[in-house]
Order: sequence, then structure tokens, then C-alpha cells
Amino acid sequence: MSESLLIKIAITILFLPLTGFAVSIFFGKKFKYTYVIETLFISVVFILASVLAFVKLSYYVNANIVSEIQWINLGKVHVELGIMIDNLAVIMMWVVALISTLVHFFSLGYMKGDIRFTRYYAYLGLFTFSMTGIVFTHNLLMMYMFWELVGISSYLLIGFWFEKKSASDASKKAFLVNRVGDTGMFLGILMTFLTYNTFTFQSIFNQLSAGVLPFHSGFWLTVTGVLLFMGAVGKSAQFPLHVWLPDAMEGPTPVSALIHAATMVAAGVYFVTRMFPMLTGNTLLIIASIGAISAFIPATIALTQNDIKKVLAYSTVSQLGYMIMALGIGAYKFAFFHLITHAFFKACLFLGSGSVIMAMHHEQDIRKMGGLRKKMPVTYATFLLATLALSGVPLTSGFLSKDGILAGSYAFGSLTGYWIFAIVGFLVAALTAFYMFRLVILTFHGEPRDQHKYEHAKESPFVMAMPLVVLSALSVFFWYTPNPANPDAGWFLSSWVKNPVTVVPQEYRYNFMKTDEAAAPAAAESHSAEHHEVIFSESYTEAMHAAHYPAMGISIVLAALGILLAFAFYYWKKLDPDKLAESIKPLYNLSYNKWYFDEFYNGVIVAGTLAFSRFLAWFDSTIVDGLVNLSATVTRALSRFVGKFDSVVVDGLVNFMAYLSGFIGLIFRRFQTGKVQTYVVLAVFSLVILLFLFKSF
Amino acid sequence: MSIGLNHFLVISTVLFSLGIFGIVTRKNAVMVLMGIELILNAANINFVAFARFGGFGLKGQLMALFVIILAAAEAAIALAIVLNIYKTFNNVNVDEIDTLKD
Repeated sequence: MSESLLIKIAITILFLPLTGFAVSIFFGKKFKYTYVIETLFISVVFILASVLAFVKLSYYVNANIVSEIQWINLGKVHVELGIMIDNLAVIMMWVVALISTLVHFFSLGYMKGDIRFTRYYAYLGLFTFSMTGIVFTHNLLMMYMFWELVGISSYLLIGFWFEKKSASDASKKAFLVNRVGDTGMFLGILMTFLTYNTFTFQSIFNQLSAGVLPFHSGFWLTVTGVLLFMGAVGKSAQFPLHVWLPDAMEGPTPVSALIHAATMVAAGVYFVTRMFPMLTGNTLLIIASIGAISAFIPATIALTQNDIKKVLAYSTVSQLGYMIMALGIGAYKFAFFHLITHAFFKACLFLGSGSVIMAMHHEQDIRKMGGLRKKMPVTYATFLLATLALSGVPLTSGFLSKDGILAGSYAFGSLTGYWIFAIVGFLVAALTAFYMFRLVILTFHGEPRDQHKYEHAKESPFVMAMPLVVLSALSVFFWYTPNPANPDAGWFLSSWVKNPVTVVPQEYRYNFMKTDEAAAPAAAESHSAEHHEVIFSESYTEAMHAAHYPAMGISIVLAALGILLAFAFYYWKKLDPDKLAESIKPLYNLSYNKWYFDEFYNGVIVAGTLAFSRFLAWFDSTIVDGLVNLSATVTRALSRFVGKFDSVVVDGLVNFMAYLSGFIGLIFRRFQTGKVQTYVVLAVFSLVILLFLFKSF
Repeated sequence: MSIGLNHFLVISTVLFSLGIFGIVTRKNAVMVLMGIELILNAANINFVAFARFGGFGLKGQLMALFVIILAAAEAAIALAIVLNIYKTFNNVNVDEIDTLKD
């Protein structure tokens, strides 16, 4: 399997879903079974992605396979488009392909009978194409193009049932909020291009390690990093652009599973991991702060939500906040690890909720559910397993990844003194465990609260149950490492995913990321060259080791606490949630109303924009049009004046000329009398004058 | 005082002036012709005077003869023209024989 063959496989993976999309769009009306073609293509994509991942991770594990073509060549400006296949890309691609395939199968059951069935599959194909583009791109420009494509696919899929006003509003909201983030990202890309004259990641990193900085200052490097991060803020629904994700639940549930849990929102995190080598310490601190806030706020909101999908949506935002925070505090490997594990168990949770929703005839309010455990055992088992993974219970994959992030935050706190990230991380872990188990208990346990719907509920068919089983199976620990307590020992984190070498100049890095040239240069060089891994510094490795077991212990205790509380409130009914809500009514309201973000944005930004547009409209019609009218009036006046001038002065002059000629003619006409005598007089007269003049002779 | 050249020249000048006066002031075309005769005769006197006193010799006398002949011929033609004018205009008043518009 040569490298060029791998490139060809990657290109096939990229364009097959697009072909599926094209086929479904152009032939969908006539040939109703185009969705079979689309599903077939996606299954082929999954097989190819598996092959690609297998070959890459077994035989080329340390290589970085790149293939590029020249696109624009204008003198100094060279723009290349290309594909980069590295370990991150193949792992991510496998995840995307797997979840996309499972969603295709799940939708066979969930979307059955929908009038726009074939178009749904077309959009899924378009989305898979766009996401693959993001995964495989080797430069910022292609990344941006596919970024926008993913945004469009999301818009189309969220607003799939566009007859519902809430759905079409939600899709517009998603697209516009994303656009805000994309503007920042575009500015960042422009700054990067301005400084480095290239879009390709590797060129940028090479130039940066040689010392080229935007506007020759580390401050502007930080600004560029933050601007690029804005794209991730928009796409991954981080604070303050998180408002679109809960509304995006208006779309079909498999769409929520694919796009808004596993893949598209992960694109932001993926982008930050790609840009990681060029992020300065200050940028990373800002990233970590936003991630921490985005982890905390939705966790508090999810405590009080009653829609099963909304709880999961807020949970997604919170977990993404974890990943972003992890990247910000330097726990790169664990951020990516959490990305992968989260993709699996969150997709499983969403598909499970889809299964429940369909069984309950499209009822989404958990207050009307209950006792479904007996009616839907497979759904229950997979949902429970995924919940355990999300809550960070040992022996699951989620435990490993979340624990890694928490250990990273603990180490970060001990190294830099910023303990806030660790505090937020642990607190959110407890909250997560609580609200997830609240969800499970209210949905699956206890007495059914809507008897009629409960009667008709039954387990989902095979096409819907199979994806659940697959995804929940991937949420246990042994796929990633043989040791359930130590993720670093496994192949995933030691040989497949490596910390990248950061190329930011030394003075702008975090203290623990500075490579100390004097101390142990030779050892560090050889070690890192061998494993392509950056040794941040001795202190960081030590801190991580020291933090590992305390963090693990605290996280287990907090998860247990959260679960116990959930059981106490909802299962054993020892504590009354309603009474607690009454007693802390302001806090409850704050949580239930999503911290009033939507109202705030409506009142400030939307209203402000509308007011500004009204002002501009007034300006346009009054002032601009007034100016135009004024110029017209002035022109008319000027033309009247010119006309008068023309008729009076110019014509007068001409008339005067004519009069003058006439007058002179009148005078001289006198000479022509026609009388001979007059002529004789004249002749004699002239003769006399001549005689006098020439008297001399 | 003996009669010299100047006396004749004065006479011819007076005649000439009277002739001019006649041309210019007479209304009748025939009168104008008479004026012309006067002018011619003035010129004749000039020629003869110079022939006697001015050293012209016989050339002057000859010239005067020519002038008389020419005057006669010219008078004939002029009168023929006047006759034609009378035929056209029914009038020999020189003031009234122009067809120039006023």
C-alpha cells in the first residue's frame, strides 16, 4: 500500500458522498431509491476509511502524507490545495465515517415515511463530503471552504422540516451565529496570509519557527490565534456563540446525532488541534477560559431542562467546553481523545433518544415519560452505558478521556497557579453525572406518566437498534488502552496521537511549554525526534504524573456524588426537586431560561441591528436621496440659467452682429445711388484729393 | 500785360469746372451731355494753349483735332443712348433713371 494509493483512497473518500449527493439531487424525483445508492456509498466510504486508518496506523504511523496541487499562481502569490493524511486525520475520518454510516442506517427507520426522504439522504451525503474535506485539508483556505459547506449542510438539515416556523428559525439562527464566528476566522486567515503568504499549515509553522511574526510582534500572533479560534467558537458552540445548538434540536434526531454531537461541532476542536503549534500562551489562556465558561454554563442549564434532546444538546456544549479547555491548558492528547470518545457516546445518546422519541410517537418531554426500561431494553442498556461513559464512571472510555483532562487541569493549576480550570472541570463533572442520571431515571425508570403513549411504545427495529449497540460498545475502555486506569499506556495516546511541536517563539509560550535549551537539550532533541513529540518541559511531565491519581480519585468521588444525588432526587424520592427549585427560584429561573442569553441577544444585538438598519434606511431616503434630488434641482437651475444666457447674451450678440452689418450696409448703400452724377462727383472729388496728395509732382 | 499760357489755362480750368458743375447739377440727360462737351472743349483749349505756348508745337493742334472728332462721335453715341433711355424709362431725368432699390 504505497503512499500515493493512500492519497487516492482519501480522495475517493472525499468525493464519494458528494457523488451520492449529486445522484440523489438530480435523480431523486424520478428514481425513489437513490437513498440506497447514497447509503451504499457511505458504507463504501466507511470501509475505505477503515482500510486507510488501518494501513496508516500500522505501517506509516509516524509519517505525514501530503499531496498538493497548485491552484492560483499570481507572481508572488501561490495558493495550493492539498490533502494531508496524518494520524489525527485518519482517526477522525474513521469516526466521521462510522457515525455517518450508522446515522444513514438509523435514518432508514427514523425518517421512514417522510415526504422528502431522498433529499434527506442527499443532504447527509453533502454533509459527509464537507466534513471529510475539513478532516483531510492541509491548508486554511480549503478548511474555510469546507467550513462554510458544513455550515450550509447544517442549515439545510436543521431546517429540514421547514414547514415548522421554529425549525426554519433555528436553521437561520444556526447559520447566522456560525457566520459571526466565521468572520473572525476569516480575519485570522487573512492576517495569516498577509504575514506568511501561504495558507498551508506546514509552511506557516515552518516560517513561524524561523521567527516570522505577524507585524513583528507576539501580540499580533496572539490576536491572530484568537481570531482563528473565533471560528471554532462559532462552529463548536462555545460561549458566547453557543445559542444556536439547543435550537438546532429542531432538526431530525439522527441529524442531531451526526452533526451536533459527533462531527460538525467537533470540527471546531479539530481546527484548534490543527492550529495548536501556532497558538501563543496568551491565546491558549483565552481559549481555556472560554472553554471553561462554555463547560460550566450549559451544565447548569441542563439541570432543569425537560426536553430530552435539549438536555443532550447542553451536555454537548458542556463537553465541547471541556475539550476546548483541555486544548487551552495544553492537554492536547486528552482533548483529542475526549473528542473521539465523546463522538461515540454522544451519538449513541442522541440515537437512543431518537429511538425513545419515535417509540413515544414524537414526544420529547421527559416529564411525560417513565418506565421505558421494560419496554425498550436494548435502547435502555445502550443509553445507560453511554451515560456511564459521559459521567466518567471507571471502565468506560469517557472515564479515561475526562480523567485525562481533569488531570491536565490539575497539573496546569499546580504549574501556573490558575486553579480555576481544575475547579470548573471537577464541578462540571459532578453536574454532568447528576443531570445525565436525572435524564435516565426520569425517562426509563419509575412509573410511566403518560399511560397512553407508554402502551404503544415498543423497541425500535434492527436498523435503529444496531447503531446503538455499535456505538455503546465503542464506549468501553479496551479499544483505547489495555489498562483501564492509565490511558497513556495504551496505543491510542502513545503511538497514534502525539503532542505537536509548538513553533511559537519561546517568550510567548506557557512557562511549562518552553524548551529549556541549556538544561537537557540533547536528551530532549533525540527523544522528541524519535517520537515526534514535544517534551514540554521536565516540570510538566512531573506535574502530570503527580496529578494523575489525585485527579482520578476526585473525579470518581464527584461522579459518584452526582449519581447519588440524582438517585436521591428522582429514584428514591428522598429529596424533592420541586421544593428545591422553589427555594432557589431565581437560580432555577436563570437555569431554566438558559441564562436569558437569547433574550439578551434579541434585545441588544438584534434590536440594535434593526434600529441601526432603520437609521440607515432613514439616512438613505432622506439624506442620500435628498442629495440626489438636490443635485437634480441644481442641474435644472443651472440649465435654466444657461438657457437664458444662451437666448439673451449669445443670441443678442449674434443679433447685434447682424444689426451692425445692416447698419454699415445702410451707410455704405448711400454711395450706390445709381445716378451717374453722383459717381462723377465722387470721381472728381477723389481726383482733387489725389492731386493735393501728390502735389509734389 | 501780354497774354501768356496761364491765361489760357485759367480759362480752360473755368470751363472745366463749369462743365463739371453742369454734369453734376443738371437734371436733364441732354444737359449732362452739354456739360461733357464743355469739359472736352476745356481740354481742347488746354491742348491748343500748350501747342502755342508750352512747346508742344503741332502735336497740340493735332490732338485738338482728334478731340473734336471724338467729341462728335461720342456725342452721337451718347444721344443714341439717351434715346434708348427715353424709350425704356419714358423719362430723361437722370435722378429717376436708376433701377436700384432704395
